Amino acid sequence: MATLPIDIAHLLAGGLVLMSFLMIYQDRLSALLDVFTAHAVVLAASVAWQAHLQGDTFHLYLTALIALAFKGAVIPMALARIVRRLGIHREVETVVGTVPTMLAGIGLAALSIVLMMRLTAGADPLAREDLAFALTVVLLGLLMMVTRRNAVSQVVGFMSLENGLILAAAGARGMPLVVEIAVAFSILIAFIVIGVFLFRIRERFDTVDLAALDEVRGDRA
Amino acid sequence: MTPVALILLIPAIAAALLAAIPGTRLAARVNVLAAGATFLAALALLTGPRPAPGALFLVDDLNIVFIVLNTLVGFTAASFSASYIGHEVAAGRLTPVTLRFYHAMYQVMMFGMNAALLTDNIGLMWVSVELATLSTVLMVGLYRTPEALEAAWKYFILGSVGIALALFGTILVYMAAQPVLGEGTPAMVWSNLLPHAAAFDPGLLNLAFIFLLLGYGTKVGLAPLHAWLPDAHAEGPTPISAVLSGLLLNVALYAVLRFKMLMAANPATLPPGPLMAAMGLASLLFAGLMLYRRRDIKRLFAYSSIEHMGIITFAFGMGGGLANFAGLLHMAMHSLTKSAIFFSVGHVTQARGSQRIADIRGLSVSHPRLAVALALGVLAIAGLPPFGVFLSEFLLVTSTFARAPALALVLAAGLLLAFGALILRLTGILFGDPPPETAPVRASTLPIWLHMGLVLAAGIHLPAEIVAWFQAAARLLG
Repeated sequence: MATLPIDIAHLLAGGLVLMSFLMIYQDRLSALLDVFTAHAVVLAASVAWQAHLQGDTFHLYLTALIALAFKGAVIPMALARIVRRLGIHREVETVVGTVPTMLAGIGLAALSIVLMMRLTAGADPLAREDLAFALTVVLLGLLMMVTRRNAVSQVVGFMSLENGLILAAAGARGMPLVVEIAVAFSILIAFIVIGVFLFRIRERFDTVDLAALDEVRGDRA
Repeated sequence: MTPVALILLIPAIAAALLAAIPGTRLAARVNVLAAGATFLAALALLTGPRPAPGALFLVDDLNIVFIVLNTLVGFTAASFSASYIGHEVAAGRLTPVTLRFYHAMYQVMMFGMNAALLTDNIGLMWVSVELATLSTVLMVGLYRTPEALEAAWKYFILGSVGIALALFGTILVYMAAQPVLGEGTPAMVWSNLLPHAAAFDPGLLNLAFIFLLLGYGTKVGLAPLHAWLPDAHAEGPTPISAVLSGLLLNVALYAVLRFKMLMAANPATLPPGPLMAAMGLASLLFAGLMLYRRRDIKRLFAYSSIEHMGIITFAFGMGGGLANFAGLLHMAMHSLTKSAIFFSVGHVTQARGSQRIADIRGLSVSHPRLAVALALGVLAIAGLPPFGVFLSEFLLVTSTFARAPALALVLAAGLLLAFGALILRLTGILFGDPPPETAPVRASTLPIWLHMGLVLAAGIHLPAEIVAWFQAAARLLG
């Protein structure tokens, strides 16, 4: 059973992709936040498993812990609070319907797997399949940001994209500590910035729907 | 203390200080002083001995060009900002608290950009670019009007996506390097990667470069990833428009260039040049067309920045000694000219209380000095002799004609297109009857004349030392 550890790694990474797909068709913000929490937990498990496989990688365990604490707990709770306070837990306004979005998501997943498998024939087998999954998660996060109008769900899309990046960084053997801390840090900073913006937007408008913002574009006089 | 440490420490310390200084006028002075001291440190780095490339810092002929330019424009923009901000406070558009934040963020941004240019570690480079981006996002949203918030939000979202793609590319480069250089930090040190790049897996490098080009290219403002740029320029404070156009776009381009050099060192990869040249030309043509429909003066010059970043990217994409030389020269000239234009625009919009070109007409009647400053800037950026921009565009067009005549035709067409639009708008701004309510401008126009003097001097006679310096950098780029 020499392949079992690698299979588990793939299972976890595949689970992350599955969670990304689940996020795409959520039609309520509160449900979306729940799925995002699950996304972060699966990420943490996946990174921890990578840490176990690569051995002697304290910084990967730390990364897993940060993912679990920040994105599995702190951030979803804070976002849930914002959603409750604004009374928008039912609103997920999509630009494109769910079915075309899902089809596009499947297309992106196929694309990234074909691309990665073909391009990285020489690389470490554990890393390359992880990388294919990571790219899928990144692309699905992008897709979600593009197809949602609501600021909160765009933020969630962005964070799921960052989760994909952490999965890729964890899969790259021995990637230096500096970078992972930086990644965690940047997410934190990003979140603070976003939080500031959400509240600032709230000061000026009664909705966090970005379509409302489009109406005030300066150059359409 | 070495100049490298000073270039990073001065902005870092100044940022902390400025966050604590309550007085607006004092803060503006400290900001100027810190930026000036950083510029002096950069000059010391230019003239003094260079440190050997290490795990953290790298100083070579290429990035020294960027650092000197970055700190110079950072300094003049800080001086402009001091007079601009005074007016904004008097007009009640900014409060002392937001200004404290603004000055601290200005130095954080300078720190981020200088660190991105100086670092030898591709991971740290990414972190620094992200830091510079986040600080500018906050400054773009400074006025807190609906337009400013929308611009900042759009910039933030697109910038984050770009920066995320760039991180993915950075991870891929590490994965390509790791089998050759071993695990850990050595496989992220650029000066370590370059000599071994030929042994890296070409497939991974290709994919990495695509992500890096798209990611950092978003920050350069290359079409079709430019959507954030005009809004961010138009809605933020004008000193920030000047540093965005003059500096931050260059820093992102510098990151692309570093990775292009890695790609070029591996013969089995896709040639990176044509990709960059294609994106550059597309940006030039697109921005040239968009220039015709602008009604907002800051958006007009923001599109002009997209156009010029397109030209520079095209030049580096073509590669070779002459085109690289033209690209570097054009980058320097564009930074100086465009920031000078934004300085003039800042004074003009404050005098007229509007950014609409229709409200600015008749400038030559109401503010003759400012009108001359703005006109010189626009004529220079449009590519008329005897300014430096003409020299670099001329070099680029002739060198392209010798190698790819078809591309040179497209390039020349794009340049003419943009030229026409800018001259058309300029006449609209300068002539006509000024609206009755205009305020006099008391601010110093010294930074504008300094920049325009440098651009004019470069156009008339480029000293042999500068030519040799830029040639050395151009050779590095291959």
